[in-house]
Amino acid sequence: MPKPVPTEQLIDYLLRGDRLALARAISRVEDDAGAAARIVKAVFAHTGQAHLIGITGAPGTGKSTLVSALVESYRANGDTVGVLAVDPTSPFSGGALLGDRVRMTSHSGDAGVFIRSMATRWGTGGLAKASADALLLLDAAGFDRVLVETVGAGQAEIEIARIADSVVVVEAPGLGDEVQAIKAGLLEIADIFAVNKADRRGAARTVAALEMMLETGGAAAQTVIHHGQRMETGAAESDTEAEDGWSIPVLKTIAVSGGGVAQLRDALDRHREWLGESGARATRERMRLDHMLQTLVQAEMLARMERTLSPGLRSDLVDLMQRRKTDPYSAAADVIKKLSG
Amino acid sequence: MKQSQIRVLIAKPGLDGHDRGAKVIARALRDAGFEVIYTGIRQTPQMIAEAALQEDVDVVGLSILSGAHMTLCPKVVELLHAQGQEDVLVLLGGIIPDEDAAQLKAAGVHAVFGPGTTSTEIIAFIRSAMAGG
Repeated sequence: MPKPVPTEQLIDYLLRGDRLALARAISRVEDDAGAAARIVKAVFAHTGQAHLIGITGAPGTGKSTLVSALVESYRANGDTVGVLAVDPTSPFSGGALLGDRVRMTSHSGDAGVFIRSMATRWGTGGLAKASADALLLLDAAGFDRVLVETVGAGQAEIEIARIADSVVVVEAPGLGDEVQAIKAGLLEIADIFAVNKADRRGAARTVAALEMMLETGGAAAQTVIHHGQRMETGAAESDTEAEDGWSIPVLKTIAVSGGGVAQLRDALDRHREWLGESGARATRERMRLDHMLQTLVQAEMLARMERTLSPGLRSDLVDLMQRRKTDPYSAAADVIKKLSG
Repeated sequence: MKQSQIRVLIAKPGLDGHDRGAKVIARALRDAGFEVIYTGIRQTPQMIAEAALQEDVDVVGLSILSGAHMTLCPKVVELLHAQGQEDVLVLLGGIIPDEDAAQLKAAGVHAVFGPGTTSTEIIAFIRSAMAGG
C-alpha cells in the first residue's frame, strides 16, 4: 500500500485484507471523529460476521496469557483471529504503557493473527471510545474471531457486555476472598467463567464459590460474610440466568500451559450456537447498535453544545448558579433551549 | 475532533535479557504523554517490524546491549521500509561505538543514544521529529 493514502483508498485496501491499511484505519478512528465516521460508513455493510468475544477480569488473573492461548487454539482450528488489547491511559500524563503484547509474542509471523493495543484515552468502563469502531474494522477485515481484552477490571467495568457477543470473565484463585467475586458487577455479565491459574492452591474453592453463586440464583440479593461481617449484596439488575437455555459454565484453565483452553474454546462455540438458535444474538446486536446510536448522538450533542455556547454565556450561568440566582436544572434547561432554538 | 497521540514501540532485539533500560525509557515516554507499546525481550527483527505495523507506531525504539546492533538494526529498518513504513522514526539505545553509530545512521537509524542520555533528550528528539523538525 502506498502512503499517505486518502481515507477512501485506505478503506479499499482494508477490505482487501491489507494489514497496514487496517492498522492505519484503527489509528484514524482513534484520532479523528470525522475520519471515524467516513470509515465506519464505508465498512459497516461488511460487518456482523465475526464472533466478538470479550475477555475481562481483575488485574493479575492472566487475561493476556489466556487470550494468547485462545488465539493459538483458534489457529489450530483454522480460524483467523483479531485481538484488541486495551490498557489504561494515565490520567496524569495522557500517556499509556501498553504491555499486553509481551504475553502474545508466539503469534508473530502468523498472517492469520492481528494484534492491536489500544489505550483507553478517557473511555470508560474498561474500554476506549474507539474500541467499538476498532472491532467493526477487525470484523470487516474478515477475521473469524475478534477478541477484546479489557483493562484489568473491577466491579464497574462492564462496557464489554455492550460490545461483545460472548463475555468470558476470568478469575484466579487467591485474589482476595470469594466474596469479592460474588459482589462484583462483573459477574452479571459473564457468559462463561474461566478460573485461570487453576493449578494454584484454592482453585477448587474459587470454582465452588462461583458455582454456588450461580446455583443460588445468580447475583440476586443474598447475604454473605465479608470480613467477618454480614452484609447485603445489592440485588442484580438482571438475573444471570434470565436468558433461557444457557447455563453459565465455570471452567478451569491454566493459560501458560494451555490447560483447559480447548474446553474454553468449545464453550465459546456452544455459546455462539446458542446465541444463534435462541435469538439472543439478534437481541444483543440490537442492544449494541442502539447503544452505539445513543453514544454517537450524545457525542454530537456535546460537540454542538461546545460549538454553540459562547464561553461567556456558560460562565454567566455558572455565576448565576453560584449566587443562587438560578439552579443547575434551570441553567441546563436554558442551555438546551438555546441549542434547539 | 482530532487528538492524535504519538505511538512508540519499545523493543529489545537479540538475546540479552537486560531490559531495565528499556523499561525505564518506556515509563519515561509514557509519563511524557506518549502511548508506548512494550514488547519485551528477545525479539527478532521480524517480530519487531510486525508489531510496528499492527500497532501503526510513529517511532520504534530499540535497546541493544548485546553488541549485535550492526546486524539487528539495519534489518529492522529494511523490514519497516519493505512493508511501507518508511516514515517511522527508528531510534537505538545502548553502548554503541561512534563508528558503528555513523554507519547505522547511514543505514536509516535516525538517532543513537548512548549511556548517560537522559530521557528528556530522547523525548525532545521525538517531539521535534514528529513536528517535522
